[in-house]
Amino acid sequence: MPESPPRPMIRLTGLTKHYPGQAEPAVDHLDLEVPEGEIVVFVGPSGCGKTTTMKLVNRLIEPTSGRIEIDGRDVTGVDPDRLRRGIGYAIQQTGLFPHRTVADNIATVPRLLGWGRERIAARVDELLAKVGLDPQTYRDRHPGRLSGGQQQRVGVARALAADPPVLLMDEPFGAIDPLTREALQEEFLRLQRDIRKTIVFVTHDIDEAVKMGDRIAIFGECGRVLQYDTPARILGEPAEGFVADFIGNGTNVRRLSLTRLCEVEVSDDRPVVVRGSGDGGCPTAPGSFALLVDRDRRPLGWAEPGQDRPLPLISHLGPEHTLHDALDAMLANNSDTVVVTDQDGRYRGTVEMATIQTHLHRVGGPGNEGGPVRGGERADRSIGTS
Amino acid sequence: MGFWEFTADTYPEVLGATAEHVVLVLQGLAAALIVAVPVAALTYRSRLPRGAALGIAGIVLTIPSYALFGLLIAPLGLGTAPAVVALTLYALLPIMRNTVVGLRSVDPAVVEAGRGMGLSRGQILRTIELPLAWPVIITGLRVATQILLGIAAIAAAVNGPGLGNLILEGLSSAGTPFAVYLTLQGTLGIVVLAVLFDLCFAVLARFTTSRGIRA
Ligand SMILES: Nc1ncnc2c1ncn2[C@@H]1O[C@H](COP(=O)(O)OP(=O)(O)OP(=O)(O)O)[C@@H](O)[C@H]1O
Ligand SMILES: [Mg+2]
Repeated sequence: MPESPPRPMIRLTGLTKHYPGQAEPAVDHLDLEVPEGEIVVFVGPSGCGKTTTMKLVNRLIEPTSGRIEIDGRDVTGVDPDRLRRGIGYAIQQTGLFPHRTVADNIATVPRLLGWGRERIAARVDELLAKVGLDPQTYRDRHPGRLSGGQQQRVGVARALAADPPVLLMDEPFGAIDPLTREALQEEFLRLQRDIRKTIVFVTHDIDEAVKMGDRIAIFGECGRVLQYDTPARILGEPAEGFVADFIGNGTNVRRLSLTRLCEVEVSDDRPVVVRGSGDGGCPTAPGSFALLVDRDRRPLGWAEPGQDRPLPLISHLGPEHTLHDALDAMLANNSDTVVVTDQDGRYRGTVEMATIQTHLHRVGGPGNEGGPVRGGERADRSIGTS
Repeated sequence: MGFWEFTADTYPEVLGATAEHVVLVLQGLAAALIVAVPVAALTYRSRLPRGAALGIAGIVLTIPSYALFGLLIAPLGLGTAPAVVALTLYALLPIMRNTVVGLRSVDPAVVEAGRGMGLSRGQILRTIELPLAWPVIITGLRVATQILLGIAAIAAAVNGPGLGNLILEGLSSAGTPFAVYLTLQGTLGIVVLAVLFDLCFAVLARFTTSRGIRA
């Protein structure tokens, strides 16, 4: 199927917001299109108008001038409450209703829309499961008895409750520890692959932007978008001085996190021994190792000739891990090889340090067009760059 | 005849006066609640109206109670009406102030999330802000009740109902052996009511506050 350019779901034209009493506008003549089914990340320093822009979309803030269209319709003609019921909204502070149970919190918009009891109950359980919370355990809890990460999961579930096509998320994974945050990001990306929502995602963390975004809009002073492009191109060819400064050092390492192992060619020239199959496959050359796998080809450890016990396998990576994870694993294991499995956990091959070097070289630095984008998709055009 | 014998003889009157006292206080509370909560809800967001509302309610509280009951005779005549109105006025400040404090202490992020999901202003007030402010509001009601139980005794001075009548009777029969007993009956009645009301409010607060925000 030929890939047609995705249709814009949100279109901002000449959007300006000037708060009364402020010298500078918070958002200044912004033009931006968010393609259907994509995550567009607004990133930039504090006070650059990211939140303001996002709130203009669901009219929590009214614009001074400019147009906002969602799905081809000008939102200024729609009753704001009606409009908002059709747009998912999740914020960093979560804003969960503390006097309501998790289930009641998630049911907020479906109730406003007049869904039936049973449909709501089923939806609540479905969503809790989707965001990784056991419905039995959590549906009747109050938010005060959840951890910060769990609250943010519920916040995301609540935003998704009525299955809105558009989602606005303002630092939804902020204010939690880095590990939980990474887990939430991973889970959300997995979820998004199923639900394909059009998402505006605000963060001030460039790493999060690179990880989450199909496209990134880098905001500078006064709500101006300095660059609007795919993560690969923003890292490869950052515009102007400010963007380059904002992205900072380490763009090469960051670029590694754009490539998933399922997109990488693995080498399979390591000898493999199936456990219990006798000595047949043992490596011939002394000092070299063979990978020991079970009958289902799941990796177990490294077998060394002349040794009875295999060396333990410290870590192996699945198809959803990135080259960044691979490099990290190599450094952690003090090795130049990492074992890669397919989604069923079967041995697929290894990634070597040299693979990473070649990859970086091939995708290249400045001047190189594009590069693999997460999920194997390629965003071939830059739209609405302001 | 001792105090307890006297009371054993007159308990129907004491009970009657106590019941009247309770009804009188409840009327004042209910009326004040009906006025104070909407006024608080309308004004808590902006400084000027909020200051004006609380200021007026505060001034009312400084009017000596005898004077206020007396002043109300002119427009309302004698009896229950001026008593209820006076009590309502006295209860306004504690209820209004606590409602304002309660509403202002609601986390702005919670309100913003509600707005962002398409709840209307009214829905947010009814289903989010007031339930969250409720523990503070009910504390205001408790304070108001304690104030009203005492002040309601003055209703007797305008021919109103309640335990004040026993006290007034005692005062007017000063010098007779029963004067002290009557006054004591009225006073003890109020003290007992104060304790009982406070207990009731503690129970009410517990059962009407969401488990999620109970301290
Ligand atoms: N309600 C308001 N009234 C007046 N000025 C405001 C208001 N909200 C935001 N601003 C100003 O508008 C500018 C943009 O604010 P905004 O909240 O959009 O920034 P942001 O990019 O989301 O920042 P952060 O990363 O800190 O959340 C800031 O200078 C801020 O001071
Ligand atoms: Mg912000």
